[in-house]
Amino acid sequence: MTRRSSDDRFFRLATGAVAALVLLIVIGIGFELTRQSTMSIRKFGFSFWTGTTWDPVSGDFGARPFIWGTLYSSVLALLLAAPVALGIAIYISELSPRMLRQPLAYLTELLAAIPSIVYGLWGVFVLVPIIRKLELATPDFLKKIPLFKGPPLGVGMLAAAVILAIMVVPFTSSVAREILKNVPSAQREAAYALGATRWEAIKVAVGYGKSGIIGAIMLGFGRALGETMAVTMVIGNNPQVSASLYAPQYTMSAVIANEFTEAADELYLHALIEIGLLLFIITIGVNMISRLLIWSMKARANRKAISMPMLADEAVPA
Amino acid sequence: MSVMVRRRIVSRIAETLCAGAVLLALVPLALILFYVLRQGIGALNIAFFTEMPKPVGEPGGGMANAIVGTLILIGIAALFAVPIGCVCGIHLAEYPDTKFSSVVRFAADVMNGVPSIVVGIFAYGIVVLPVKRFSAIAGGIALGLLMLPIVVRTTEELLRLVPAGLREGALALGATRGRAVFTVIVPAALPGILTGILVAIARVAGETAPLLFTSFNNRFWSTNLGQPIASLTVQVFSYAISPYEDWHRQAWAGAFLLVAIILTLSILARLSVRGLEKMNRP
Repeated sequence: MTRRSSDDRFFRLATGAVAALVLLIVIGIGFELTRQSTMSIRKFGFSFWTGTTWDPVSGDFGARPFIWGTLYSSVLALLLAAPVALGIAIYISELSPRMLRQPLAYLTELLAAIPSIVYGLWGVFVLVPIIRKLELATPDFLKKIPLFKGPPLGVGMLAAAVILAIMVVPFTSSVAREILKNVPSAQREAAYALGATRWEAIKVAVGYGKSGIIGAIMLGFGRALGETMAVTMVIGNNPQVSASLYAPQYTMSAVIANEFTEAADELYLHALIEIGLLLFIITIGVNMISRLLIWSMKARANRKAISMPMLADEAVPA
Repeated sequence: MSVMVRRRIVSRIAETLCAGAVLLALVPLALILFYVLRQGIGALNIAFFTEMPKPVGEPGGGMANAIVGTLILIGIAALFAVPIGCVCGIHLAEYPDTKFSSVVRFAADVMNGVPSIVVGIFAYGIVVLPVKRFSAIAGGIALGLLMLPIVVRTTEELLRLVPAGLREGALALGATRGRAVFTVIVPAALPGILTGILVAIARVAGETAPLLFTSFNNRFWSTNLGQPIASLTVQVFSYAISPYEDWHRQAWAGAFLLVAIILTLSILARLSVRGLEKMNRP
């Protein structure tokens, strides 16, 4: 008997030790990125975040244009993608005919599997020419607004935001669909019982899953922040802080992808790795918050689901 | 009454907008698949699979080295990520409610969201920098790190699909935990675990960013794990941003091959998960 329990303990410890590796790797990534960027961290300190010059020749590095480009493109992409993704999730989980439900769900998941480089290729040869035409057709009075100022190159912030939005939609909608599936059906039934229309019942379900849906959208935001290849290929790669949708700009991941193998001296390499570290910290933060939101929503739904029959039992004698 | 009518109309409009969202998202996605199919099939030929890249400016040639390179990279990644990921998944499925398990599960989920280019920098730091040389091993490890969280989570979920009665039966017969897991539970879930591995491979087969500065690229035939190696994705990238018409053609062919591989793997995985779910339903 003791032999068995010691065997069990060994099994638990051995598999636990391997599981701990996953934890160690996440910590290891943070540690390694910090270690490899110490030179840049020491030299520039906080001014690395705010500086706008990026000059490898004179060894002066500021990451603000890249941070701006990453945040701006991701926020724009999210503004475009979130309503569409939510609409898809609602349609598939609440509205679509039963026959269409599974195929549509599979389709969105398959589309999420298409690699970034393929989106990029399509972006360069198909999307960018379309956007250039749109930019050339901009009426003059719109060109006075800073948002639409700039050369009609096709490549630029708008192309990056559109391609990111297209890429993020399938992913966000499948997470949001999962959340809606976890909303107890009693919520919708109660709404219908009170005479709600279909849309009003859906609003109740969405409201119940609100924190999870915000989590799903943030998860999509995290994806957009770290997306590299497709953005690198269409954003124009010009480090500048500009509100213009037409201006070619640059992102954190794109500058790493383009310049990493060219970084000849150590300070240059450390500066690029520090950008990677910033990206790591930002995405880890966004991911942690969104996972916690999704978990808390699911836990709440499961707790309610368990307590429902008990409520019903108590209601009977009364 | 008019309030009721108004509510109905609002409901109808909102429902239509949701259906519209589906169409709106499907249009660009259908366009992408259409272009990849049209341009890709037109550009595919035997030479693409069997020949090496030609020197700059010479038309023709293929991506034989990149196809083999991608297979080698995926092989290294799987060799490293599958055993660790499976054992980790087993631990999470066997001890689901401990604090340690929740922390590891959370770490795996968060790791899944770390941008692939950041994982590439990590692999560069631990494999490339010490020996000062890009290598297939470094690329394989970068891909393996990206595979790991997916293998962990799918293994865990699929082990949980195994009916509790099987585990309880094995333990009741006096088997130790380890014995119950490796002789009863894992074999029962094996098709599912293989599926999880397929999904993970499909996800990393299309990765480009982490390979740019780990396995780098190589215009020559190489199967040496200590040397830079070509891969389909990096090759497609470098051809896509080149100014040559013939290279663009080959980039489309490469993209088509990638999409075909990834969609086939995903569909296979989907079908076998469905089979497994049916098998375990009482």
